[in-house]
Amino acid sequence: MTTAEPLLDVRDLRTAFLTDDGIVGAVDGVSFSLDAGRTLGIVGESGCGKSVTNLTIMGLNPKTARVSGQALLRGEDLLQAAPRRLREIRGNEIAMIFQDPMTSLNPVHRIGDQLVEAVLLHNDISHAEAKARALESLEEVGIPQAARRIDDYPHQFSGGMRQRVMIAMALINDPDVLIADEPTTALDVTTQAQIISLIAQLQKEHGTAVIIITHDLGVVAEIADEIVVMYAARVVERGPVDELFERPSHPYTWGLLGSLPRLEADVERLAQIPGQPPSLLAPPRGCRFNPRCPYAFQRCHDEDPTLIKVSGTDDHVQACFLDEGTKAREAAKTLSAAAA
Amino acid sequence: MYRYIVRRLLWACVLFIAVTMFTYVIFFVIPADPAVLAAGRSARPADVERARIYLGLNHSVPYQYGLFLKRLVVDQSLGRSFVNRRDVDSMISEAAPVTASLVFGGAILWMLLAVPIGVLSALRPRSLLDRSAMVFVLIGISLPVVWIGLVLQFLFGFKWGILPNAGYCNVFNPPTGATCGGPVDWFTHLILPWTTFAILFTAIYVRMVRSNTMDTLGEDYVRTARAKGAPPNQVLRKHVLRNAMLPVVTMLGMDIGIALGGAIFTEYIFGLPGLGRLAVQSVQNFDLPTIMGVVVFSTLCIIVFNLIVDVLYAFIDPRIRLE
Repeated sequence: MTTAEPLLDVRDLRTAFLTDDGIVGAVDGVSFSLDAGRTLGIVGESGCGKSVTNLTIMGLNPKTARVSGQALLRGEDLLQAAPRRLREIRGNEIAMIFQDPMTSLNPVHRIGDQLVEAVLLHNDISHAEAKARALESLEEVGIPQAARRIDDYPHQFSGGMRQRVMIAMALINDPDVLIADEPTTALDVTTQAQIISLIAQLQKEHGTAVIIITHDLGVVAEIADEIVVMYAARVVERGPVDELFERPSHPYTWGLLGSLPRLEADVERLAQIPGQPPSLLAPPRGCRFNPRCPYAFQRCHDEDPTLIKVSGTDDHVQACFLDEGTKAREAAKTLSAAAA
Repeated sequence: MYRYIVRRLLWACVLFIAVTMFTYVIFFVIPADPAVLAAGRSARPADVERARIYLGLNHSVPYQYGLFLKRLVVDQSLGRSFVNRRDVDSMISEAAPVTASLVFGGAILWMLLAVPIGVLSALRPRSLLDRSAMVFVLIGISLPVVWIGLVLQFLFGFKWGILPNAGYCNVFNPPTGATCGGPVDWFTHLILPWTTFAILFTAIYVRMVRSNTMDTLGEDYVRTARAKGAPPNQVLRKHVLRNAMLPVVTMLGMDIGIALGGAIFTEYIFGLPGLGRLAVQSVQNFDLPTIMGVVVFSTLCIIVFNLIVDVLYAFIDPRIRLE
């Protein structure tokens, strides 16, 4: 698909929170774009700013957030939009599902009513019509006996079923973009696979563009077209999924790939990235990964790396000073170790 | 539901017996002799002995307690006062409406104040309103009720003469010889007592409503509602308030139940002939039947209001089912 303008274009997004301890730069110059119907995976450790990035796009940050940059939805900057316009967009053009389905539904309202609310907020139709649509979408996400279950309360559903309800609620107004913030983290493994394939299937049927946030590279490999790797509030590598898995170009990405568990591999311990992510109150100078990077040299401590193209590609960028020869060698080592 | 009620009633019986027994034991531990008081100041020992037999105090304590229970259950009677031989049932039924007027009016007042103030403070933490509310909370909790009552009485009743100083007026059928009566008199006479009684509770409830609302605002389902595109007041109404008010309802039920046993300070200051004043007087006079009457009534109030809260809770919170 080649359109001149991407559906969602995020440019140099920055989000800072004023706290009692100082300013926390939770998102620091993040850029990416998303075309209609495509899937973008945002990967990184907890606290790297991947959730805040998307909450910022949705305008759902707490009031203490200071935001700059642009988030253009079909050319309209969401960060500048009036609250009323933003409410029209939320749940209608961009919808979101969250990490914990156990707490994301209101415990005192029937799930049918919560779905109907989502419909009525954006459509001028009768309650009965809204309820019919709610039932339809519950059936679509595979809730068994949906007609009977529609009047149940959230606590009467299992975690996986609740996440299905959340998906039904997010897709009920047929949005252009679905943001899924760690949609499977709180679920058990078999349910995880079901939810991911449900999202993929519905995406195909509705032509929805999806941003999937996760710390699980396995999930991204399955459904994403493009991957953004974030570390300490910044993007460290971005590229098409095949390209990135074939030629990972940042030591942090190698670390993530190396720590993927493989069923066929007979290892005593999973590989891990040593150390902790830095505090965003006072991030390290230079490359933010340098305290944990085994390849770090003087330049990494002195200079802020910027995203540069990996040679021979159009859309694969990375932020590491290592020369390409070393990278090719180390990447090959990581990949063969992971595959072994 | 049926099993729940049976279990609840059994629990109520146990509670009831425990409370009344405890009151009985405490009464007999106090080193004073009601018979001496009842016999009068210049009574001879023989008179005191006659009074003792007359009041039934010659029996053992367990026997007296058994008699009390039997009278209560079989005759539905609380007996007669040691002091003036009046029927305790009628004393309670005269005092209860006074206390009920004070407590329910006060509860309405404190909820009308506490819910808006608490919610607005939670929506704008650290704002001027929030900070003023927190100062008020601190003052309201720290000030003794007696002091508040006396100051209000002095200013509004005595110095400026806007409101009546003290006393109670019946809404319906004022007794013959009463100086006032009817809804207007009833209302004006209760304004100061209501205010006095409500200040402490307003302070406590403002803080509770504020913290519950703040907690609920941070819930994931509130974020979900905003992500759906719901406007702020719909989020507040449908998603925040209902959840934030759950614990408040519980507290309200229990506080009303407890307060119906008598708002002693307020009743005393404003000369309201309610249960609190009745309780204090009967303790001072070692009037065992009247003390027991007040205790029985307040225990029943607490039990009934706890039951109401439980049933109400099951209605507003679907996660709780009465079984």
